[in-house]
Amino acid sequence: MSKRSNQPVYWALFGAGGMMSALFGAGLAFMTGIAIPEGIGPGAALSDYDRALAVVHSLPGRLFLFAVVTLFLWHAAHRVHHTLPDFGLRQGTLAWLGCYGVALAGTLVAVLALFVAGF
Amino acid sequence: MAVRRPYVRPFEPGWWRRNPYFVRYMARELTAPFVGLYALILLSGLVCLALGRAPYEAWVAILRTPASLVLHGVLVAIFAYHSFSWFAIMPKTMPPVSIGGHRIGAAAITLAGLVAAAFCMLAAWFVVQAVA
Repeated sequence: MSKRSNQPVYWALFGAGGMMSALFGAGLAFMTGIAIPEGIGPGAALSDYDRALAVVHSLPGRLFLFAVVTLFLWHAAHRVHHTLPDFGLRQGTLAWLGCYGVALAGTLVAVLALFVAGF
Repeated sequence: MAVRRPYVRPFEPGWWRRNPYFVRYMARELTAPFVGLYALILLSGLVCLALGRAPYEAWVAILRTPASLVLHGVLVAIFAYHSFSWFAIMPKTMPPVSIGGHRIGAAAITLAGLVAAAFCMLAAWFVVQAVA
């Protein structure tokens, strides 16, 4: 039997991340990148360590953050990897590490950080 | 004796520049590195939060720099473009859906996606404001 392709897994993660970022991306970037530093709306609460930690300690907050970070990374990895040849770049080991390797490392770091942050 | 001359498909980097349709394709594709960049920024915040109060306050202090504010303004615009392009091509990327024997049109699918995105972003904003 021939070896099964792992492409469907990558593609599913790409699709899920693309949908997640299309639904939430602009709002999240505004919330964390502009509302937190300017203290607007929910940003005022999230700029406070204790209140931000409480969000991460809640199950919905934890799951949402994990989904956003990891799916965005896998979406970007897959899309960038498939665009490399259009710029004359080879899809070699280095390219794999730079795309999927970063997504994999980011996923592991996210798991670790969520454990270290406590429950 | 015949010499084997296999057909080699012509392919050159930058082929997409010649046709506006493919330039739009590339504009869509190039939102991806920024999606990845934002994920890494958010991940760095999560790591700082896990490490303690001082690292998290340092992360928030970096967010307050003008460079970070400008970067996030650009990221918001790129994410908005990603939302528009994602739902604009969704009629072609999703399987056909029919209701009552009528196939749902491309414009309706795109509009539904954009309405869903607006709802999700507003919901995230008000839910976090209510619980945080």
